[in-house]
Amino acid sequence: MTAAVTLTADAAPAPRRNRTWGKLKKNKSAMVGGFVVVAFIIIALLAPILPIPDPTLTDWGKIRLAPSAEHWMGTDEIGRDILSRMVWGARASLMAGVISVLIAMAVGVPLGVIAGYFGGWTDQIIARATDALLAMPFLILAIALAAFLGPSLTNAMIAIGLSAVPIFIRLTRGQVLSVKTEDYVEGARAIGLGHTRIMSHYILPNVFPPILVQATLTIATAIIAEAALSFLGLGQQAPQPSWGSMLATARNFLSQAPWMALWPGAAIFMVVMGFNLLGDGLRDALDPKEN
Amino acid sequence: MLRYIANRVLIAIPTLLLVSIFVFMLQKLLPGDPILVLAGESRDPETIAFLREQYRLNDPLIMQYLYWLMDVLRGDLGISLRTGLPVTELIAQKLPVTLQLAVMSMIFATLIGIPAGVMSAVRKGTFWDYLANFVALSGLSIPNFWLGIMMILLISVNLGWLPASGYESPWVDPVRSFQTMLMPSIVLGTALAATLMRHTRSSMLGVLQADYVRTARAKGLREKVVIRRHAFRNALLPIVTLSAIMFGELLAGAVLTEQIFTIPGFGKMIVDAVFNRDYAVVQGVVLVTATGFILINLLADVAYVLLNPRMRATI
Repeated sequence: MTAAVTLTADAAPAPRRNRTWGKLKKNKSAMVGGFVVVAFIIIALLAPILPIPDPTLTDWGKIRLAPSAEHWMGTDEIGRDILSRMVWGARASLMAGVISVLIAMAVGVPLGVIAGYFGGWTDQIIARATDALLAMPFLILAIALAAFLGPSLTNAMIAIGLSAVPIFIRLTRGQVLSVKTEDYVEGARAIGLGHTRIMSHYILPNVFPPILVQATLTIATAIIAEAALSFLGLGQQAPQPSWGSMLATARNFLSQAPWMALWPGAAIFMVVMGFNLLGDGLRDALDPKEN
Repeated sequence: MLRYIANRVLIAIPTLLLVSIFVFMLQKLLPGDPILVLAGESRDPETIAFLREQYRLNDPLIMQYLYWLMDVLRGDLGISLRTGLPVTELIAQKLPVTLQLAVMSMIFATLIGIPAGVMSAVRKGTFWDYLANFVALSGLSIPNFWLGIMMILLISVNLGWLPASGYESPWVDPVRSFQTMLMPSIVLGTALAATLMRHTRSSMLGVLQADYVRTARAKGLREKVVIRRHAFRNALLPIVTLSAIMFGELLAGAVLTEQIFTIPGFGKMIVDAVFNRDYAVVQGVVLVTATGFILINLLADVAYVLLNPRMRATI
């Protein structure tokens, strides 16, 4: 009997994963999104070995050159190769997107599980704190936090991560509320398992799919937020490249060197669109109502 | 109904208090010592001691918070270190500019987003549906500061149709005011239009399958009437709440939009304040934004109940 139960429990997740993957594969837009995201990740990872100049190398004899065979995306106001800065900027953007969402999940998901699982006063206190954080618009909160932590890429990631915490608390709490009355949770409680074990082994795995969808979509928001903070001078600091700070500089040379503004914005747009398409696709694939 | 409103207000109070604690703590955690900035280059110890006393910095933290809260409740948000003016006065000067931008963006977003969402739902699965979805997703993915820069490049620098920056009050010169605010409103309203479109579409799709719509069709009503009178009115309800939530996003988006178009509003003020370490202004902006957001949400909740007869009956 025990063997049969174990077998069922082990076997159950595999078909679900296969089904999700099968649905995702059929969704063309999600696949395009996934392809764009993977392409940017590969470019970012390969940055150190790609045959491109140092992104901080200046050449005063080559300032604001239009795109050419030598400099595919042109050069900037102090003669740096824009392609190289774009590639290294991808590292900053993707890292900021992923790390800030990991911070948000690390803080938000456990708090959401605790609020939903215990209910009562614990839930009330966490819910009010979440409401208070949600009342402060994401970017204004991130600007205020980045200002207090000091301008740097690391601090921008922390600021964006903390600003996104309430999104994960609220989502996780809602999911836990619907899962905690399920038979398998009641069963776990009946055999005397502790709260920590029930939350980590029985509740968390079952509320994870929507959190994954939200994480994918929040990476998109976080990438825009990092670019915005860098644009305002509160993220990545010069001379290290970031798409946001490149756009801030490009603003001053719009009529002389429009290409300086074109590439970073187009890159942010593409990668954010990629994450959004992938997130939408994942949501549909994980939704039992969708066929 | 009154009990429902009272209940909502009661829930909003602890949230507002938590916001105020958070905003107060921000001031304590910001880098640098504002008193040193105030004391000037000489950094005379006596002046520093006097200023610390004057700003109650020698009191325990909880007392500092309570004094601060009492001041805030009296409408005193402190003095801007940079300009020497009361923060309340600065906010009162800048807020109308940002509100004008937010309202114009909201109008733009509503005019584009809601009809596009309705069309997309009514023509589900057609070319128009796919096109509207693609445009909406692009609107959500495009960073508004880049959209702003590109529009300045095309419309102002190349075509010379609209001014690239500046601001004029609508009470002084309405035409010029409209011209300067048009591009910023489109830039700020794009993401909102995209969100409205997606929500209107999904709300309409839900409503179009409802029994009362089927009944309306079975009665022989024309499709236009069914959509306008029966489906659209009901689909609009969740959009009311969404618009309130999005208003906060508009204020946040205004930070970047005002920076790009050099509009002297609320958003530009917080960025300038951050760089000038003008703490009282940063606090004031965050506090006013959060309070505004909570109040608008409260109004939206009440409006939702007022607009929805079924909800009204349950209260």
